[in-house]
Amino acid sequence: MLINVHDLEKTVNSGLTTTIKRSDIKFGELFIYVNIEDLTSAILFLKTNNKCRFKQLIDITAVDYPGNEKRFKIVYLLLSHENNLRIAVYSEIEESVAVPSIAKIYPSANWMEREVFDMYGIHFKDHPDLRRILTDYGFEGHPLRKDFPLTGHTEVRYSEDKKRVISEPVKLDQEYRHFDAASPWEGTKYIKGEIKKKEEDKK
Amino acid sequence: MTKKRTMNMNFGPQHPAAHGVLRLILELDGEVVERIDPHIGLLHRGTEKLIEHKTYMQAVPYFDRLDYVAPMNQEHAFALAIEKLLNIEVPIRGQYIRVLFCEIGRILSHLLNITTQALDVGALTPSLWGFEERETLMTFYERVSGSRLHANYFRAGGVHQDLPRGLGDDIITFCNTFPKVIDDLETLLTDNRIFKQRNVNIGIVTKQEALDHSFSGVMLRGSGVPWDLRKSQPYECYKDFNFKIPIGKNGDCYDRYLCRVEEMRESVKIIKDCIKKMPTGPVKTIDGKITPPKKEDLKNSMEALIHHFKLFSEGFRVPEGEVYTCVEAPKGEFGVYLISDGSNKPYKCKIRAPGFSHLQAMDYLLKGHMLADIPAVLGSLDIVFGEVDR
Repeated sequence: MLINVHDLEKTVNSGLTTTIKRSDIKFGELFIYVNIEDLTSAILFLKTNNKCRFKQLIDITAVDYPGNEKRFKIVYLLLSHENNLRIAVYSEIEESVAVPSIAKIYPSANWMEREVFDMYGIHFKDHPDLRRILTDYGFEGHPLRKDFPLTGHTEVRYSEDKKRVISEPVKLDQEYRHFDAASPWEGTKYIKGEIKKKEEDKK
Repeated sequence: MTKKRTMNMNFGPQHPAAHGVLRLILELDGEVVERIDPHIGLLHRGTEKLIEHKTYMQAVPYFDRLDYVAPMNQEHAFALAIEKLLNIEVPIRGQYIRVLFCEIGRILSHLLNITTQALDVGALTPSLWGFEERETLMTFYERVSGSRLHANYFRAGGVHQDLPRGLGDDIITFCNTFPKVIDDLETLLTDNRIFKQRNVNIGIVTKQEALDHSFSGVMLRGSGVPWDLRKSQPYECYKDFNFKIPIGKNGDCYDRYLCRVEEMRESVKIIKDCIKKMPTGPVKTIDGKITPPKKEDLKNSMEALIHHFKLFSEGFRVPEGEVYTCVEAPKGEFGVYLISDGSNKPYKCKIRAPGFSHLQAMDYLLKGHMLADIPAVLGSLDIVFGEVDR
């Protein structure tokens, strides 16, 4: 039994009622917002509900908005093969909040959560093995945060004295040059195709 | 009472069967694997961070460097994401060229995988034969984009340039001779006793487990799940083509090998069909705000000159929004989760690499197997570290 994205929105809204804060359909895909406390139950609902059947976790990621009071937005992308539908679940969290781990619901969440922890420094409650995953052994900081510099804090080189690779603070011979060619002017809004369409519509 | 003693062993990061820089910490009971802890990230280059600091056009080459055995398939996902946000459509010829090169990429990747998997279990010849064909395919890449590997060819709005004259005929010639090569490879492997002993019933994945572990692509189809994004969520012009999706039965390494062989045959069909049906017309949108103008226009048109300058300095702005697009890359579902804040650079670009979740399942796949099965399973997972580590 296939359902379309609008039915899905209704099903999700009626199934999750108060836990769901907002739902949008963008580019034919459903995006829902939940509170962090309700995250596990919402995802469990999406996986086990007979109509939703989101059996596969595609990815977990976070987005950093340093200006916001709730700094991070954590994103879960799910896929249902039976319905041929995708859904994104969002939750906004403060920097200090630990997110409940969903590794028990989806085993593949294990590494994805480790990656989010590594890249953004978001902690996960009850995670079986929360270690860094992509960065080097002994790395400090969380690279995908917006306040982490592109050049990083340390660089490695082979030390002739110590006969091994050592890591030391980054020394740049000249300041890192950031070419920002963005112009302050907005430019025109029109796009050639749209003009053509308008002309054709007039005819 | 005898106490059970396990041995810890370090595999890699420099090991020819690790397909790159993979470090495995193994816990062995004699020769039987008890636990595997893969350490990845030795090839981490911070691609996602770098993309946040580049304009949309400058970010494309990073995608070639992810799964470097099938570069254009990666670019495809990124190009589709930008096009969705910009709400533009690629001209039909551009779409056909994209499909053509995606399928060439699929053959490139599967050829490498099948032959190196054979290499891992002790057969040297297939890799020598397979790499010859890969070289031919890479010359097609070179002729169309100027480079064998780092193509930078699929741009937002279409492809960089049209096919050079005569390329279509040469690809057809290749398509006519290549099935014979697949047959030859199959005579070496499919019924080969050693190859079968090393692969049949090794690394079995059940349907349920494949779903739980976020498998995609051949890893999922090998276990009998009929799921291919080209069919189920068709993007570009895949709807126009007739092709079959091979499905495995047992979910072991051998089935995955068979699936890949069949997929290559299907890809050859698509490529032939694609060249036969190739429509004429532009290969990228004519919108000067997104794609660069023709070289000859630069000499005559002031507007084209301004467009050219603005595109290569400021780039184009993408309307605020977020989107997840995915393509069926040779290794599985390759996705790009793109957030734009309305400026000329992506606010965030998360890359969903299929190999990441496949590699994660190493521990569960190999528990109870022998040490010598590790290369066989690793080979059939089709891991490329460029995309796992990003």
